[in-house]
Amino acid sequence: MRGVLSDRMGAALLMAPLLLFLVLAYAWPFLGVVKWSFTLPTPGLGQYDALLTDDLVQSVFIRTLRIAAIVTVVSVAAAYAITVVWVRGSPAQRLIAEFCILVPFWISVLTRAFGWVALLSNRGLINTWLQSIGFISEPLTLVRNEFGVVVGMTHFLIPFAVFPLASAMRSLDDRVLLAARGLGSSRTRTFWTVFVPMTRSGIIGSALIVFVFSLGFFVTPAILGGGRSVMIAELIYLRIFQSPDWGLGAAISVVLVLFVGALMALLFRYVRPKQLI
Amino acid sequence: MQQPGRAAEIKAIGIGKSFGSFRALDNLSLNIGRGEFLTLLGPSGSGKTTFLMVLAGFVQPTEGKLFSDGTDITDRPAEQRAAGMVFQGYALFPHMSVEANIAFPLKVRKKSAADIKKRVGEMIERVGLIGHEKKLPSQLSGGQQQRVALARALVFEPGVLLLDEPFSALDKSLRGQMQAEMKRLHQETGTTFVFVTHDQSEALALSSRVAIFNHGKLLQVGAPDEVYDRPDNRFVAEFLGEINMLPLKGVKPADNGSTGLCEDRAVNMHCKAEKVRGDAILAIRPEHMSIAREAAAGENGIAATAIASTYLGAATKLDLTTRQGAKVTVSVPNEVAAAALSKGNSVWLTWPAEKGFLLPDGGQ
Repeated sequence: MRGVLSDRMGAALLMAPLLLFLVLAYAWPFLGVVKWSFTLPTPGLGQYDALLTDDLVQSVFIRTLRIAAIVTVVSVAAAYAITVVWVRGSPAQRLIAEFCILVPFWISVLTRAFGWVALLSNRGLINTWLQSIGFISEPLTLVRNEFGVVVGMTHFLIPFAVFPLASAMRSLDDRVLLAARGLGSSRTRTFWTVFVPMTRSGIIGSALIVFVFSLGFFVTPAILGGGRSVMIAELIYLRIFQSPDWGLGAAISVVLVLFVGALMALLFRYVRPKQLI
Repeated sequence: MQQPGRAAEIKAIGIGKSFGSFRALDNLSLNIGRGEFLTLLGPSGSGKTTFLMVLAGFVQPTEGKLFSDGTDITDRPAEQRAAGMVFQGYALFPHMSVEANIAFPLKVRKKSAADIKKRVGEMIERVGLIGHEKKLPSQLSGGQQQRVALARALVFEPGVLLLDEPFSALDKSLRGQMQAEMKRLHQETGTTFVFVTHDQSEALALSSRVAIFNHGKLLQVGAPDEVYDRPDNRFVAEFLGEINMLPLKGVKPADNGSTGLCEDRAVNMHCKAEKVRGDAILAIRPEHMSIAREAAAGENGIAATAIASTYLGAATKLDLTTRQGAKVTVSVPNEVAAAALSKGNSVWLTWPAEKGFLLPDGGQ
């Protein structure tokens, strides 16, 4: 019989390389960032004070939260629809859904951002087409604003929203749905009053994952926002690399990490980690 | 299954269902009477649950017609048939309280809030769940969940209640209790009950009629004593309980029944030799055979040797071998078994003519 201890030690050994890497590459440098936030340019809480008073930082924080919220709602709703097809559709529908979910994973985030620019810009496919059919006379501003950022981020995050939902839908007992219909409930009513409430944990998990991911987005807002809708990660970049203000950049980073940490703690209160994959 | 508050009469004609090449139901015709308690009995994979799902509208038959009170409902979707249904594992709504679960079918039917409150309250009282109204299904015991499922299926007064192995998850004592409760609910509501089980004693104890299924075919339908005492075929005979089978030769009709040769001795049966002639099987339940020192002339009996016994408390199960090597089991008073075994030699097995019945030789 194998002891619990040896199993635990085995598991610890297997995880050790990853833990070591995380400590050396993330935790240790982050402690340095925390130190900067309290010491640069002068020791004290000056940078945190600036966070509370600086209009630019605050407007970026608010914009980031707003974009993350919109992206979360749109992504989860779209992911919910495609997941229903993926989990409960006919074999052919499942295959198509699976294709739609997995293919985006193979294309880099940079490529996709530029792809959206090509579609959405003033002389991009959508505007040219809408003008050619006479639907609009002036090109619509679809990119270099929040709309473009939301579109690009939603596109990137939908597949991540799918997995917690799929896991919740797969563990759902079909007989409960049959029971609802047998008791006289139409398919639509059964969907809204039984199916959706029963996948609540998946919806929460999916929303938190998308929200947390959204907060840290850099490439997509930088390209599709065109410097006009700066999000928090881009602001940190600007503070560190362009206007050398390392102390403020560090303080924003610390606040962001704490905020994300709090959201993750919330996530794991509602969802078990294995439901996320 | 339409008029609420009134028991439905269901007629299935030539129902067939194929899943690919698998024949789940084969040309099944059955009438279910108003207010009857019909049990669908059979081993797993026999088609009994598929037939229940056809009645509920969850499975569309490939052939045949289904009528409820004379109306063709073959193509009517499940939500419009609204048969009350209790699933294996109950299928309660996990996110709704006991109260909300029971109110669900009434809400779907757009009853007034006052009406819903009144009827849910009555139902909760009837199934003995007072004090549990606000709990979630996960906070209830198996027996309580069962009661919620029954209440939810009966609250809208369906014409028929369909039950799919509702007691399979309960322990034995709770099972007995719930069976009694279900019988009471059947009497109180007067609704037609169709009940699926693979437990023959449950079927015999509860129902007004039993329908026995095997390999997608309906083998026999009848009152419990009818199918137990006069099974049509070997499968039904064996499925309903232990049975002894003795080869019989030269079967032919006689004055009041039929006659034949069992191990070279003439025996009489009250049943008619309609379906069988010549070689057949004589089937007798263990509790209908007795041990005797000898069989009188004209009495049914064969010689046998006792080989082993199993003490069952109230009686003893005695295993014997006949002269020609057939194995027989009888259920006899304890002292009779002891005496038969201690003698260690030949005894006679006797049985009344009305308790032996004929089955076709070989096969089903």
